[in-house]
Amino acid sequence: MDQFLQQMVNGLSLGSIYALIALGYTMVYGIIKLINFAHGDIYMIGAYIGFAATTYVHLGFFPALILSMIVCAILGMIIERVAYKPLRNSSRITVLITAIGVSLLLEYSMMFFVGAEVRSYPKVLTNHLFHFGGVRVNMQQIYILVTAVALMILLQYIVTKTKTGKAMRAVSIDKDAAQLMGIRVDKTISITFAIGSAFAGAAGVLVGIYYNSIDPLMGMMPGLKAFVAAVFGGIGSIPGAMIGGLAIGIMETLVAGYGNSMYRDAAVFAFLILILILKPSGLLGKNEREKV
Amino acid sequence: MLEIKNLNVHYGVIHALKNASLTVNKGEIVTLIGANGAGKTTTLRTISGLNNATSGEIFLEGQNITNLPAPDRVELGLSQVPEGRRVFPEMSVLENLELGAFLRKDKTNIKKDLEHIYELFPILGKRKHQSSGTLSGGEQQMLAMGRALMSQPKILLLDEPSMGLAPLLVREIFKIITDINNSGTTILLVEQNASMALSIAHRAYVIENGSIVMSGTGEELAKSSEIQKAYLGGK
Ligand SMILES: Nc1ncnc2c1ncn2[C@@H]1O[C@H](COP(=O)(O)OP(=O)(O)O)[C@@H](O)[C@H]1O
Ligand SMILES: [Mg+2]
Repeated sequence: MDQFLQQMVNGLSLGSIYALIALGYTMVYGIIKLINFAHGDIYMIGAYIGFAATTYVHLGFFPALILSMIVCAILGMIIERVAYKPLRNSSRITVLITAIGVSLLLEYSMMFFVGAEVRSYPKVLTNHLFHFGGVRVNMQQIYILVTAVALMILLQYIVTKTKTGKAMRAVSIDKDAAQLMGIRVDKTISITFAIGSAFAGAAGVLVGIYYNSIDPLMGMMPGLKAFVAAVFGGIGSIPGAMIGGLAIGIMETLVAGYGNSMYRDAAVFAFLILILILKPSGLLGKNEREKV
Repeated sequence: MLEIKNLNVHYGVIHALKNASLTVNKGEIVTLIGANGAGKTTTLRTISGLNNATSGEIFLEGQNITNLPAPDRVELGLSQVPEGRRVFPEMSVLENLELGAFLRKDKTNIKKDLEHIYELFPILGKRKHQSSGTLSGGEQQMLAMGRALMSQPKILLLDEPSMGLAPLLVREIFKIITDINNSGTTILLVEQNASMALSIAHRAYVIENGSIVMSGTGEELAKSSEIQKAYLGGK
């Protein structure tokens, strides 16, 4: 039992990181129907910003987190403006291919500028271990969970209560009708990229602290898994991305803990195939008809 | 109030609006009638800024708005109830109405206007927390109209508000349109239901295949034999 609870704690930590990344996927998909393949790389850049902030500027956890979120938000807006906005009326496959291009550009530019080697985060949090019965929870895990939950509550508040959030929802549902309300579609899309990218940036810093190692290609696998999480939750659904992220994190840890850690990635993708067969619209997704 | 001059609109090679000109004076109800596919929706969407004109000009209170983005036109007092209502189905009735006031900052007046909308359409008040996708067609039409009014428009554009509604409801909707006009809002009404539209309009235009072919007072057109034959089912 203790071992199971321990796996759950580890799974929740990992899962909340996936959830943060999945939110960006799902928000961007919701608003422009694009699977933003560069999203995992924004998370990678976020990890590097956090690394630079803690290592060279000696910032603490929260300042580094906020700095990374701001830089990633700006980066996300620039990418949207430069790469995707000119393609607003192009076919979806064109934009998708562009997204893959942006992803490769980010990965290999980082490799060029910072080198391909793995780097370690400095110790920004104490190594304190808390014991709850036989279950151990370390300081990093507490920070990850608290930060992720706080960000998700903040997002939920923005989306449901603020004017900006309502504009985001309106544009996701019907761009023409949104414009007739006086909502500026381009600006709203830009804000969506900013928020999604800021969340990826936060996830990057959390992972740097948790796993203590980062490299320019670190965004690929978590990016894909967060994408699976978003699909599982129902792409376009914000609560879906949160649940999906946690579920994938827990599943992965359980497979690694009880089965064979070699299969953890395979399990996630097998799961994706299962979802696509059984319930392609995901847990909370709408069965939407493809518009022609 | 609103004037369009020699407007042309293309969808690729389709020439959907051909040299269309029309004027709506302050305080009027003007209707644009025509068969399905004549170019009525295209006209309204171009006035609202959802479609671009290939040539021609649009003036709102003397200001050239031809190249303004749609949200700027809303800010200047133009509001459209689109064809097919286009309410935001996942959102509540109240959220839809609040989005109508998106550009306004006068919170207390927004509250008052909400109450006013609930007086105009009591059913919306009863269903304010219900998600608008669950409303009936007539209720959605009322919501779309209420939402458009929440921007405090000087001119309201309505695209086939009677579409798909039972005759009794159509009469109610048209009565409300007259009420809205009586309280000072200028109206441009697009309709296939020519007899109803002509009965409440001060003036009317007839559009055929993208060209405006006739205009006159509502009464004149209702009596015209050509209109009788083409749109009113007369002999
Ligand atoms: N998005 C579009 N793409 C191509 N053609 C269109 C589009 N919208 C309308 N049309 C064409 O333009 C003409 C006018 O359409 P519309 O303005 O919708 O007419 P109405 O509202 O009077 O029924 C029709 O021939 C229609 O097929
Ligand atoms: Mg039409």
